[in-house]
Amino acid sequence: MARVCKRIAVFAISWLGASVLVFFTINALPGNVAEAILGTDATPERVAELSAELGLDRPIWVRYLEWLGGVLHGDLGTTPLGHYQVSELLFPKLGVSLWLVGLGMLLALVIALPAGMFAALRRRRASGVAVSALAEVGMAIPVFWGGIMLVLVFAVWLRWLPANGYVPITTNPASWASHLVLPVLTLGLVQAAVLIRYVRSAFIEVLHEDYFRTARSIGWTQFRALIRHGLRNAAVSLSTVAGLQFASAIVGAIVVEQVFTLPGVGSLLLSAVSTRDLVVVQGVVMFLVAAVLVINALVDISYVLFDPRQRSRA
Amino acid sequence: MAKVPRFIAVLLGLLLVSSGCTATAPTQESPTLTVGATLEPPTLNPFENTAASIAQVLLYNVYETLAKVDSNGELQPLLAKSWDVSDDRTQYTFHLDENAKFPSGKAVDADAIVANVDRLLSDDKLSGTLKTQLAVIDSAKRIDDTTVEIKLKTPSVMWLYDMTSQLGMIIDPSASVDLSKESAGSGPYKVKQYNKDKTIILERNQGYWGSAPKFDEVVFRYFDDPNAMNTAMLAGDLDVISNLQAPDALAQFQSDPQFSTIVGTTNGEVVLGLNHDNKALAKKEVREALTMAIDRKALMDTVWNGQGTLIGTMTVPTDPWYEDLANHTPYDPDKAKELLAKAGESDLKLRFRVPVVPYAVKSAQFVASSLRDIGVDAEVEELEFSRWITEVLTDGNYDMTVVSHVEARDFGKFADKDYYWHYADPAFVKLYKEADQSAPDQATEKFKEAARLLADDYAAIWLWALPNLVVTKADIHGVSPNMATLSFDITGIERS
Repeated sequence: MARVCKRIAVFAISWLGASVLVFFTINALPGNVAEAILGTDATPERVAELSAELGLDRPIWVRYLEWLGGVLHGDLGTTPLGHYQVSELLFPKLGVSLWLVGLGMLLALVIALPAGMFAALRRRRASGVAVSALAEVGMAIPVFWGGIMLVLVFAVWLRWLPANGYVPITTNPASWASHLVLPVLTLGLVQAAVLIRYVRSAFIEVLHEDYFRTARSIGWTQFRALIRHGLRNAAVSLSTVAGLQFASAIVGAIVVEQVFTLPGVGSLLLSAVSTRDLVVVQGVVMFLVAAVLVINALVDISYVLFDPRQRSRA
Repeated sequence: MAKVPRFIAVLLGLLLVSSGCTATAPTQESPTLTVGATLEPPTLNPFENTAASIAQVLLYNVYETLAKVDSNGELQPLLAKSWDVSDDRTQYTFHLDENAKFPSGKAVDADAIVANVDRLLSDDKLSGTLKTQLAVIDSAKRIDDTTVEIKLKTPSVMWLYDMTSQLGMIIDPSASVDLSKESAGSGPYKVKQYNKDKTIILERNQGYWGSAPKFDEVVFRYFDDPNAMNTAMLAGDLDVISNLQAPDALAQFQSDPQFSTIVGTTNGEVVLGLNHDNKALAKKEVREALTMAIDRKALMDTVWNGQGTLIGTMTVPTDPWYEDLANHTPYDPDKAKELLAKAGESDLKLRFRVPVVPYAVKSAQFVASSLRDIGVDAEVEELEFSRWITEVLTDGNYDMTVVSHVEARDFGKFADKDYYWHYADPAFVKLYKEADQSAPDQATEKFKEAARLLADDYAAIWLWALPNLVVTKADIHGVSPNMATLSFDITGIERS
């Protein structure tokens, strides 16, 4: 119980701290949403007029508290650009990003677990070294470059898949799937490359443990011993890494969304920053902060699931 | 032994094959036109926000005007079949097309036009540009169902052109829609979906009063990265690239029989803007010297792959008063140096602040190096676009800058002292006003004279006019070669 309370307190403090930081940093940038609305029509008088109309001339802490009050009531605010509710903008885009990050991470795990185990078991043979080397190369490839190469091969040359864009699953599931393949591959392969290294070292560690030697000595094959005893032991350190990777996948998704022009959270964030649409930026960033904090909390909980010792301690 | 790699290979193969099969399915069954574009409209309300991207989608396609401007820059009837002008040129009588109606079934009649003009006159949220354009209109009056009379405060040639753009978009007075998200126009298409998700979907206006729209749906897809747009075209996902933003990519489409390319003109003058509040730049010799120091032909070749039109003042080939002044001031760095010495500005330092957009940054680098050759130190500072709007456009905190002015017939901006050039030479202001108020046959000559005055006075340096580079699939026809308005006019496009 104490542990849960502590977690919630940490969550709230981190989130509040981040909200202050984001709000004040973005306000320190030159330019405001009134200028973005007026565009080339902007004159100092019109900007002042519209700023006043949008309440941008009030002290920053008043605006911050107002915004915070709204969020606590479940209202992320309304953008003056087109009068949209932030939640109305965010949630459809969140779906796109969740599919991308979720499927990307799934693909990464599906590739990295067997590949990493293989690389660990065969670490002294050519095949194992080859897998490690491939993973190193994969890590060195920038996400956007990898994405562009996949587009060239599968969309431009072979014409198997669309080059970019998005179709909601509700509109046309087949088209939805075809639009997601390349982005998911791009994100998943890069994340897999990183994960393979961790999986490999986690399992190599397991191979040196006493319990593993014991299991081998009673006649189990290396593979059986690894699955029965190794997997659970490696899972504790791997869940930490996977949690961190999940956060980095969210960042990676912003790049992937740009390359494939997916209307996800990353695209929304970038366009909101360029139009100084603070209400949207604040809403999106704070949502992402919350998402990362939740993932961290889940990772914490997963320790208890994987490791019975943690349970007795708790 | 090779169990694991084989497993991965099979998995990857399955993923690719399964999706490859499904990818052939979409879009063929219904006639849809997919257009690639670069700037997503921040809102759909054309009256509150003058962003060119709004008119690109909505003008003529969704909202119609009394008259429209065609690809050659000429006025053509649209909602009005014809119009008469009174002798003193302050009363315009429009004869409306009796068939014209809104999707609601209501006629686009004299009452609708009057309601639109009255709405504009009382709209305090109207954007600054539209307010300025509206200032000349006195009132609108119904004569009969299909005849409406608009009275002006003073004669004006420009106003009718203004009425072919955002100002003149006629909305259904009976519709109660949020114009920032929905549409209420009489055009061949209606807004079906606008979610700020990099796509806008227009759908056929079933009861359109003119010739039937050619597509069930028209999808505008927006790309932040011009290369992503090009690959989408190469992959066959797009039917049209509305305006290619990477001119060096033109060759790859020209050499491929699957595509057609169109090279035309736009209204986008790339202006090397000079701040006339700067003491040195207030001297005409200095401005002349800077103009002479730049080999604009070489600049256009370097920066935009030689695509575009060299211009010598703020007019483009589709303007009725266009005059080719590209050779007004030939490249002559030696004479430029002399002029600077004569003006006592031999070691001139200028703050050269440009927005981070491809043509501006590349042009600025070329210009800075040319100016270095005549001893002018112009250090380039790149500003993110919204910062550029604040610091350069609004606050005038700069000496030189580069930006393209995409609005049609916009050289009247030089008559506005508050605009970021801070020019408004009294002789120009007088001449421009005179031209605007004169009879149409004399106006063209007078506007020419006014445009020439800008060139003679070196009010700015006009680098070149951006080209209209359109790429289409080979079976797409009817795209306007020139972009004489802000509209990407899809009304004439069809698939063979």
